[in-house]
Amino acid sequence: MTTATVDALGLPTRGRVKQIAHWQDHLAQAMLLAVCLALVLFLLAPLFMILVKSVQDRNGAFVGLQQFRDYFDTPALRQSILHTLSIAGTVTAITVPLAFTFAYALTRSCMPFKGTLRLIALTPILAPSLLPAISFIQWFGTQGVLKWMLGGAKVYGPIGIIMSSVYATFPHALMIVLTALLLADGRLYEAAESLGTPTLRRFFTITLPGAKYGLISAAMVVFSYTVSEFGIPKVIGGNFNVLALDIFKQVIGQQNFNKGAVVSLVLLVPVLVAFVIDWMMQGRLQAQFSSRAVPYAPKPKKAFDLVMLGFCVTVCLLLLAVLGMAVYTSFIKLWPYDRSFSLRHYTFGLIDGRVISAFFNSLEMAISTALVGTTLIFGGAYLIEKTRGMNALRALIRLLAAIPMGVPGMVLGLGYIFFFNHPDNPLNFLYHGMAILVVSTIIHYYTSSHLTAVTALKALDNEFESVSASLKVPFFKTFFRVTVPVCLPAILDIGRYLFVNAMTTISAVVFLYSPDTKLASLAILDLDDAGEIGAAAAMATLIVAASTTVCLIYAVTTRFLLTRTQAWRRSAVV
Amino acid sequence: MSQPAASQEPYLKLESIRKTFGKFVALKGVSLAINRGELVTFLGPSGCGKTTLLRIIAGLETQDSGSIVQGGRNISRLPAMRRDYGIVFQSYALFPNLSIFDNVAYGLVNRRKDRDEIRRRVEELLKLIGLPDAARKYPGQLSGGQQQRIALARALATSPGLLLLDEPLSALDAIERLRLRGEIRALQQRLGVTTIMVTHDQEEALSMADRVVVMNHGLIEQIGTPQRIYREPSSAFVADFVGKVNVLSAVAEDDGRLRVGRLLLSRMPGSGALAPGAKVSLYLRPEDVVIDGAAAGTPNAAQAKVTKVEFLGAFCHVTVELAGAEGQPLLINISRHTIDELNLAEGSALSVGLPPQCMRVLG
Repeated sequence: MTTATVDALGLPTRGRVKQIAHWQDHLAQAMLLAVCLALVLFLLAPLFMILVKSVQDRNGAFVGLQQFRDYFDTPALRQSILHTLSIAGTVTAITVPLAFTFAYALTRSCMPFKGTLRLIALTPILAPSLLPAISFIQWFGTQGVLKWMLGGAKVYGPIGIIMSSVYATFPHALMIVLTALLLADGRLYEAAESLGTPTLRRFFTITLPGAKYGLISAAMVVFSYTVSEFGIPKVIGGNFNVLALDIFKQVIGQQNFNKGAVVSLVLLVPVLVAFVIDWMMQGRLQAQFSSRAVPYAPKPKKAFDLVMLGFCVTVCLLLLAVLGMAVYTSFIKLWPYDRSFSLRHYTFGLIDGRVISAFFNSLEMAISTALVGTTLIFGGAYLIEKTRGMNALRALIRLLAAIPMGVPGMVLGLGYIFFFNHPDNPLNFLYHGMAILVVSTIIHYYTSSHLTAVTALKALDNEFESVSASLKVPFFKTFFRVTVPVCLPAILDIGRYLFVNAMTTISAVVFLYSPDTKLASLAILDLDDAGEIGAAAAMATLIVAASTTVCLIYAVTTRFLLTRTQAWRRSAVV
Repeated sequence: MSQPAASQEPYLKLESIRKTFGKFVALKGVSLAINRGELVTFLGPSGCGKTTLLRIIAGLETQDSGSIVQGGRNISRLPAMRRDYGIVFQSYALFPNLSIFDNVAYGLVNRRKDRDEIRRRVEELLKLIGLPDAARKYPGQLSGGQQQRIALARALATSPGLLLLDEPLSALDAIERLRLRGEIRALQQRLGVTTIMVTHDQEEALSMADRVVVMNHGLIEQIGTPQRIYREPSSAFVADFVGKVNVLSAVAEDDGRLRVGRLLLSRMPGSGALAPGAKVSLYLRPEDVVIDGAAAGTPNAAQAKVTKVEFLGAFCHVTVELAGAEGQPLLINISRHTIDELNLAEGSALSVGLPPQCMRVLG
């Protein structure tokens, strides 16, 4: 006989009362299961395939760790690790202090134009990472106007990679640090002031410790972004090897998928470490936040405010110079020889060159990603947070939803090749279609969107569902009548986030597109390869224009929505 | 008050309800019968299992074992959707994006088609709760007390057989809490709806309930009318939790009398059965102690010295030390008026009497 499991009262758990499930509970649980299945299929299975491939040779025979040994015996590949880590470290060391100072100015000074400065500081998000690379080539490259500033050094290589990466990661770091600084409790400053604490001491005893977790989190995000980034080194890296580029070369260049799997696992290590640290910091950041905190209100200090304004304006001008150069390049005949206005890069380069279809593919992909992704991610988060039963499954989905943030896009893309290109996979038909691009992009950006949804849902009263059940109203009716309207700002935010990222992403999709589904960001790579830097800039400009348009639509819609629903929203958040 | 006739079947019957959350035992086997039209409060400190019990009755949690019968129907395994109750939460849980009208009509829209009928019903309910003009407003525009009344109207809209109130007044400020206390009770009696209210506030429980269920550590300590719970607590926990009480340690003498320190007290209810030498606790409410002139004629008169006077407004908490029972301070409620009259202050002498009929002997 087996020993019966007993509960805390010493009663057997076997005979516990089980509630008869309502068909609506079954429905909710079936949908939850579907979400879980989707994540297993489109996230876990591809990642697992990478592990499998890394211990196989080209013919599929098991070779153990042989490939890893080969890898570490190749000096050029070993060097890539060093390159990657040193580049990422340098970028982090530059970006985070810049972002912190900027955020500090926004939250602790009384400088004017805060809104505008903040808006400009976030513009790099709208651009594909290839844009700064192109732009820096124009500024500092062989034909660059500012080439003299580098002395004898070349922009093609670490310098270019670092500058471009700083540009691309700046807004991400800024948003994290800004949030951390905004959470500061004004009462602490009042207490310090009443105790006569000098400004500098206040900075080191209140401001810095308060922003500590935010700073570490920002550093981890910048670090893993730079490690995972492959577009920037591809365009401006010259012969400088980094891990992400190695994967690309192994897979696309040498068609050595198994070696690619090995490199991607090596790449995964630093990103995963950064991800875990970031995850822990996020938790502490949340815990630190007290709902009773009073926002800090800075007082004007002329000299300080002026210095801060000077700093922020300089940063913004530099950011605009990068964006501006790319846009400018797209509208002139030939940099730097013929700077007369021309649309030839758009008309001749993009339309006649038949690459404009890539832009429309990108639009289609981004719109689909936003629509399908928002539905799936918000719906999934709702099912996890607000329905009942199958608690083990809920925990599993929460874990799965956190993974994508720790997986570089290239690794995910490679996993997709292994999994979906497998002849025995019934989902093989997805391969090379638009669907796989949409799915991979949704999965790649799942974590942030999921967290946005969860935060919005957690702000709702947990008893809404209980009340609905007591009134015998089906849960899906309450979902559409209450949950969605109340969470609409968050839902739109997720849609915008997915759209912009889908427009600019290259990492996962570089392995997955077909000639019919080539995307705008990938077209930039090819145009750049072909020396068509004007057309590449034109395409980048189109992407920025599309992202900007969607952000404007988002801003207008949100404002309209908030005014219209002001009657109930005003005090509903109390 | 309801008259629970012996022949009448109880409306709600709980039988040995047990519930655990992992290692934590929330309910250790609770049995309870509630009559039709009765208002019963579950009273106890946090973590005593009162809210869990309410949620089990609502089907929002499932008991590990035990059965629930409501109106002759065994609902032990029914999901919340198939049970018959309305519920009000501490947080109100009003839908913020729906008007008051839509909130109250939320459960009606699903079952009745006639729009006019719904409108009439909502208007009737809003009138009933005293907010006839609130229909077009949003929850965020109302005060906490008003919102809770809307939540009550929403719960009552479908005329459920059972009304469940989960700490409905705890989020309100003192004045609104007091007002709503009376309103809920009046409404409940008018509609005659069987009601269970969970609260940790003893005053609330005593003032509103037909019967109070005092709970502690997942068990029912005592069930009874408020009067009975207060006057005849069946356990040390109940005496201590409900109202203020003096606890004196005493030793039984062989003639049924009790000794506190060197003070010998007369026989009292429950003292006769004690074995000589048994150590017991004596419970006495601060307002039951008689003083000064009145103390002279009582059986257990003693001299005391005032050690502390705490001013509380209408009356004072006076702490005294009984001559012969030093180290066992006695708390007495004395009106401000009497304090002035007797000119009581720290150090004053006072004669007190401990009426035997007011004292409870508990092990």
